[in-house]
Amino acid sequence: MSAAEPRTPVVEIRGLAKSYQRGGQSVAVLSGLDLDIFPGDFLALMGPSGSGKSTLLNLIAGIDKPDSGTLRVNGVDITRLSQSALAEWRAHHVGFIFQFYNLMPVLTALENVELPLLLADLGRRERRERAELTLSMVGLADRSSHYPSELSGGQQQRVAIARAIVTDPTLLVADEPTGDLDRVSAGEILHLMERLNTELGKTIIMVTHDQRAAEAAHSIVQLEKGAIGLGAGDGR
Amino acid sequence: MFLRLVSRNTLRHKLRTALTLLGLLVAILAFGLLSTVVDAWYAGAEGASSTRLITRSSISLVFPLPITYRERLRQIDGVSTVTTSNWFGGVYVTPKNFFPQFAVDGETYFSLYPEFILDDAQYKAFMRDRKGAVVGRKLADRYGWQIGDTVPLRGTIYAGNWEFVVRGIYDGREAKTDTNQFIFHWQYLNETVKRLLPRRADTVGIYILGIDAPDRAAEISELVDAQFRNSLAETLTETEKSFQLGFVAMTEAIVVAIRIVSYLVIFIIMAVMANTMAMSARERLPEYATLKALGFQPWRVGGLVFGESVFMAMVGGALGIALTFPVAEVFGQAMGSLFPIFHVSIGTVLLQIACSVFVGLVAGVVPAVRAGNVRIADGLRAVA
Ligand SMILES: Nc1ncnc2c1ncn2[C@@H]1O[C@H](COP(=O)(O)OP(=O)(O)OP(=O)(O)O)[C@@H](O)[C@H]1O
Ligand SMILES: [Mg+2]
Repeated sequence: MSAAEPRTPVVEIRGLAKSYQRGGQSVAVLSGLDLDIFPGDFLALMGPSGSGKSTLLNLIAGIDKPDSGTLRVNGVDITRLSQSALAEWRAHHVGFIFQFYNLMPVLTALENVELPLLLADLGRRERRERAELTLSMVGLADRSSHYPSELSGGQQQRVAIARAIVTDPTLLVADEPTGDLDRVSAGEILHLMERLNTELGKTIIMVTHDQRAAEAAHSIVQLEKGAIGLGAGDGR
Repeated sequence: MFLRLVSRNTLRHKLRTALTLLGLLVAILAFGLLSTVVDAWYAGAEGASSTRLITRSSISLVFPLPITYRERLRQIDGVSTVTTSNWFGGVYVTPKNFFPQFAVDGETYFSLYPEFILDDAQYKAFMRDRKGAVVGRKLADRYGWQIGDTVPLRGTIYAGNWEFVVRGIYDGREAKTDTNQFIFHWQYLNETVKRLLPRRADTVGIYILGIDAPDRAAEISELVDAQFRNSLAETLTETEKSFQLGFVAMTEAIVVAIRIVSYLVIFIIMAVMANTMAMSARERLPEYATLKALGFQPWRVGGLVFGESVFMAMVGGALGIALTFPVAEVFGQAMGSLFPIFHVSIGTVLLQIACSVFVGLVAGVVPAVRAGNVRIADGLRAVA
């Protein structure tokens, strides 16, 4: 893809609003938010605690529904999908990376990576091969039969990243992926995510508090009380 | 893979799973035993023959019938054999040693009970000895009696100390045949009664009638009772089965109580297991939320919980059923002649299986629905 071409956004957010009920009162978290995310973007969502970063990410990832507004991903307004259609959409289009990895403790590293493929139309052997390949991409081929409890935090997060990309999703969403890691492991994870972005062209949306993490991204969106503050990027 | 998730989740809390399985095992075992007790209660009636009728006093079983009825009974159309039986109610050493004793007409009794298998030589020896007795195999084994042994009984209905000599030991033709009986000559009883209590002599407790056509049972019973209507001792004739069931009916309340208790046990384990499943499911809500985030549909996620519940119930149930057989064996022996026939029936096992599955289904349903419907954002938040 060339920079000269006028690009169409992969995520197109218009007038997005979300509020929560608290103590009988409705508290607006997001109100009238507009945002475009382009294919191959590596976007850092930043902002103070409680500014609605996770809320926005969850809406983009289709695990929560807005009160109003539209949210198009590749032209599909996911706010109009039924719960069941949305689940299917997530299985094909979203890869999740969580702060606390959220691996299944009773499954091995390889089985964890294979898990999302159960929802794809693949044979047993094909699933296994793809999971193995993906696990080796994150440098953990030799840990495939280890359980999460036998892996370090950084290794667990790498397994989680493998799980997120094994289905080749349209979007990778990460909520504070380095929030639970030491500097060295966090650096490794960020490096891995940069490679996914540059080498595989993955579109990544990452919530973070970490300045170093933000530097790894190509653009930063500041969220302030439910609205977009100043955006900063590297000019990509 | 999904099955692997289910089975590994089951083994996650080893102690909790072990305790739940133990509870299930005990509940299904207890259910099986209680159900077998109920079966044993009805076993006498189950073993009843359709070709035997029982004629007794219409007032009450405790009133005897005159021996003179025998000839008249023989004349009735449809009756092929007539024999007599008299409840003796003696005590062997201590009242705890309960077993049924019948004074019978040796000439005809065994021909009406073909399910009692008695060696011909032993039968002849019994017929030759006025004080002879024939005992069931189970009874003989219990007290270590052998042919030729003298058995003293202390009379309760017929006062005095009585002595009998074991002349024969009969086996049962089928598992349900009662081999706990002690059988001796009515002649011997009557001679003594004649001397001591002349008024009670020449009477029998019941008549047992052999009939050739079981389908005529009602009609023949009617004929018999008509024969003795308006006589000094009116009769009541019925099939052996309804006669036996009459005894059971007296204790129906106990049977009902046992049934209720056995279902209560199942109900309790269901509550316990539902609680265990709810606890496990609550702990794993973040995992279920993660699965849903990955795109798994609610029914699949709920299926994990449900599968675990049913799987656990089946394993616990299977262990309980497997243990029912040896435990019932020991239990039956300990109960001795109170339950002459104590076998775990197919019906009991089927009920046990049904109960296990039911417990698994019911215990799993609420946690499964809850896990399937967890709001992803909330469930994920629970991790932090
Ligand atoms: N389920 C909910 N019910 C009620 N209020 C909620 C719910 N989820 C989020 N909120 C509120 O909405 C606001 C935004 O929450 P959100 O998690 O998006 O913030 P955040 O920017 O991710 O913060 P942090 O950096 O601490 O993770 C907060 O005030 C939070 O308390
Ligand atoms: Mg957050």
